[in-house]
Amino acid sequence: MLFSFRMLATRALSLVGKRAISTSICVRGGHGVAKVDDYALPAYFDRRENPLPDVQFVTELSAEQRSLKEKEKGSWATLSNEEKIALYRISFKQSFAEMNEGTKEWKSVIAGMFFFIGMTGLVVLWQRKFVYGPVPSTFESEWKEKEVQRMLDMRINPVEGFSAKWDYENKEWKK
Amino acid sequence: MSLAKPAMRGLLGKRLRFHLPIAFALSLVAAAAFKYGVTEPRKQAYADFYKQYDATKEFNNMREAGIFQSVRPTGE
Repeated sequence: MLFSFRMLATRALSLVGKRAISTSICVRGGHGVAKVDDYALPAYFDRRENPLPDVQFVTELSAEQRSLKEKEKGSWATLSNEEKIALYRISFKQSFAEMNEGTKEWKSVIAGMFFFIGMTGLVVLWQRKFVYGPVPSTFESEWKEKEVQRMLDMRINPVEGFSAKWDYENKEWKK
Repeated sequence: MSLAKPAMRGLLGKRLRFHLPIAFALSLVAAAAFKYGVTEPRKQAYADFYKQYDATKEFNNMREAGIFQSVRPTGE
């Protein structure tokens, strides 16, 4: 008995219309019913991964749309192409092609990237001048000359690398 | 209005049949390029270097330059 009561209630709800559930919640057990906010009801949204949303897009149908819906109940071969598109637009807001098309957002993204890289560059320059101390003495020219001479004396990478580029006979870099 | 029905099945197989031979071919090309562009010249460079290498002469030159701690240059 309880089973048939529940089935009749849901049939009654589906007759009233998809979005008008808030006005006809069945009251059970004599208690009051909390007001159902709009955001708690099934919503429509265009998403590629959710191709058939819970509700159709157009909630209040005009007279023309209502007659079209009646015609839809018959044979679909009698529908013209414009009518089919009109039925589609009742159920859906954007087609897949429309919802998937790209935006011009990437230009703002690239612009933002360049801007922040530039700001970082300015910060780094300021740091180099005002924050860091002097560089070690091993970077001076005399030190570097002695370093290179010692590396050549030690024959560092004599086959393909450093000392391979030095001409030991003429004491100069190979051409 | 009457579009052709899109392909519903065999999409992965089609992609693999197209891309796998290309992937294998490109990998082989990359390996061959590295072998003949890098490793063979390197082996040849080492072979040429050691063909004319006189270890004693090099040692004496390094000794005279003063880099060793165990043998000082002749004359000290």
